[in-house]
Amino acid sequence: MNLLLVLALCGELRFALHDEPKTTDPLMMADESAEAIGYLTEGVLLRINRLTQRPEPELAASWRISKDSTKITFELRPGVKFPDGSPLTSETVVATFRRLLDPALHSPIADTFKTEKGTVKVTTQGPLTVLAEFPAPTAGMESMFDQIAIGSGLGPFLVAERRPGVSIVLKRNPSYWKRGLPLADAIRIDIEQNRDLELLRFRRGELQLIDKLTPDLYERLVKEAPGTAVDAGPTLDSEFLWFNQAKRAPIAETAKEWFRSTAFRRAVSQAIQRADLCRVVYRGHATPAAGPIAPSNKLWFKEDSAPERFDPATAAKLLETDGFRFQNGVLRDRGGNRVEFSLVTNAGSKTRERMAAMIQEDLSKLGVKINIVTLDFPSLIERMTRSLNYEACLLGLMNVDPDPSELMNILLSSASNHPWNPSQKTPETTWEAEIDRLMLAQAATADYSARKKSFDRVQEILREQAPVVYLLHPNALSAVSKQLTGVKPTPFFPHTFWDAPHISIAKSGGGG
Amino acid sequence: MRTAAIVFLALVGLMALLPVNFERQFRDSPNAGPSRQFPLGTDDLGRDRFSRLIYGTRVSLLLATAAAILSCLAAAALGGIAGLAGGVADKIILGAADLFLSLPWLFLLLMARAFLPLNVSPMLSVTITFLLLGALGWAAPAKVLRAGLRKLRGSDFILQARAAGCSPARLLWRHLMPNVMPILWAQLWITIPAYVLAESTLGMLGLGVMEPLPSWGNLLRELEGGGMADHPWLLAPVLLLAAVIGSFQLVFEREDYSA
Repeated sequence: MNLLLVLALCGELRFALHDEPKTTDPLMMADESAEAIGYLTEGVLLRINRLTQRPEPELAASWRISKDSTKITFELRPGVKFPDGSPLTSETVVATFRRLLDPALHSPIADTFKTEKGTVKVTTQGPLTVLAEFPAPTAGMESMFDQIAIGSGLGPFLVAERRPGVSIVLKRNPSYWKRGLPLADAIRIDIEQNRDLELLRFRRGELQLIDKLTPDLYERLVKEAPGTAVDAGPTLDSEFLWFNQAKRAPIAETAKEWFRSTAFRRAVSQAIQRADLCRVVYRGHATPAAGPIAPSNKLWFKEDSAPERFDPATAAKLLETDGFRFQNGVLRDRGGNRVEFSLVTNAGSKTRERMAAMIQEDLSKLGVKINIVTLDFPSLIERMTRSLNYEACLLGLMNVDPDPSELMNILLSSASNHPWNPSQKTPETTWEAEIDRLMLAQAATADYSARKKSFDRVQEILREQAPVVYLLHPNALSAVSKQLTGVKPTPFFPHTFWDAPHISIAKSGGGG
Repeated sequence: MRTAAIVFLALVGLMALLPVNFERQFRDSPNAGPSRQFPLGTDDLGRDRFSRLIYGTRVSLLLATAAAILSCLAAAALGGIAGLAGGVADKIILGAADLFLSLPWLFLLLMARAFLPLNVSPMLSVTITFLLLGALGWAAPAKVLRAGLRKLRGSDFILQARAAGCSPARLLWRHLMPNVMPILWAQLWITIPAYVLAESTLGMLGLGVMEPLPSWGNLLRELEGGGMADHPWLLAPVLLLAAVIGSFQLVFEREDYSA
């Protein structure tokens, strides 16, 4: 009986990544494919449980945070061994952080541990005790350690074979510290860029998981193989548009004046039918956005916030009060200039192109003319961050960490990624100064209620000022074969294999 | 057959001029099947495919044909000089043609788009794109034309005409032109659909026809996701493209000069 059970539970899990991982160095992983491999092969001190959104012990059996939120002490799990038999000690952790913070490495993950006030210091306090000292009080510091792979080879699987551009085979790590896990013998990850082919292979049973499905493929799967398509609800990701408000931007002064008008931005926000964007573009698999935080982010979503109500009449009145006038189907500003601007987005994204076309039609009812321009990604990034030569932009943000500190590099006026007016020396508006103050305040305390109060106010300001017109949060759509058990899809990356050690494969049954 | 082709092209031409609302979104009926209201169904945003096909025909036929004519005129001029003059001119033009063929024109177009102002109307944007295609696409037809002319230049009937004292202008007009015209026509028929398809590819890179303007290229992009078996009406732009190109070939019959 037991033998039969083991036979039923063993096997090879098969899924695909859309791109070749750009690196195998766990401290250099920044792309989604590399992060997926790292997730399966590397060990971390603690892991954010994708279901509860709370940190859980991994290589660290426990941790404690100092009252002033500047220090975190980890007690490592005893008996953890690397594949070569050497034990995990505090020295290994310190060595990992020494390498991570080495400026010569240029690790993209290291930025999290570097602030204007200094760099995090990690020291050993005993054979199994590690102390991390932050230069300033840092809220939610424990979640930062979810991304840092300690040493190499402490995860549930090890890389057994790698054929660049074709596949990566992972085998069970015999020295994995969680006894009896992982349940699967191996994982075969194919590199498959074509999403249609990926779905076809899933239907044939060649693949057992699709971590991320587009809405049209999801709908197709629902029809072709009912019971295998999963909608795990809104992700932390958001789709939004913003107007270029930077003084130094080489665009017409008249356009800058419109974009700096709160009434104009609010009117645009009120004239967009978010529900239609969700229903038509995402086929109902998205949620209208009230702000940067998705409702699935249970800890930080402002409970009473709702998406901006679609109200073109109020939008028209708002524009009128700001000196705009509607004449013969055309909106003109105080100076008689026609309100016309370009909306850039990245080429190749069907969903964004469709959203842009719908926004174009919605705003045409206000008399606003939009010229949609799709640009290749490097050109778009160059315009957004260097030349600032664009008027409005439609893009999305992939959020992994639910903590609001994750948005610091977007919301602080001094940040280079502050979309509407980057790298300000001092905040140019009073409301941006207030956002800066609140974001820094929430980051400087570990008191959840104080942080929540500050961040709720940030969400209110973003709603009132509408520097960014938040549109929607796409749902996490995935496909899970009926052969698998233990898959618990969540809205957070990785959606389907975040608990890979507990996924088991039955020997029979089709992929779909 | 020729009469039928002329009638068909005239009908397509008239159809392309029909006033249609190609941008109205019927958001309650996205991806609808054919009906009395929407003869070819609706697209992802609920826009009438038939209206978009009509307007797309106007855009693509006009601009792809204009770009192809531009390419072929440039090819005729340069290929003609290279083929007839020979010597240094031939070497320079051949070198330039090889250079143009080896250039990564996709990146050239991307660079060109990066330099263009963003705030241009979709029609102006697509006109510039086709102009660029036309300007960059002369090299291949020029080489074909040059080869044809080189062959003709050494042929017996040209030698006889020369020996009979035929002036260079008459030689060109009476003897060479009628013989290279079929080559040029063939190049034109090859180039028009190539530019329609190139526009479709460029659309994915942000260089093609911008929303909400339709074109054969972006209508063809709907075929990317498959599903033609369930939605055969998606093939309408392909069939129309093939029928139009075929009809053009029937209208302008080629002379067989190989014998």
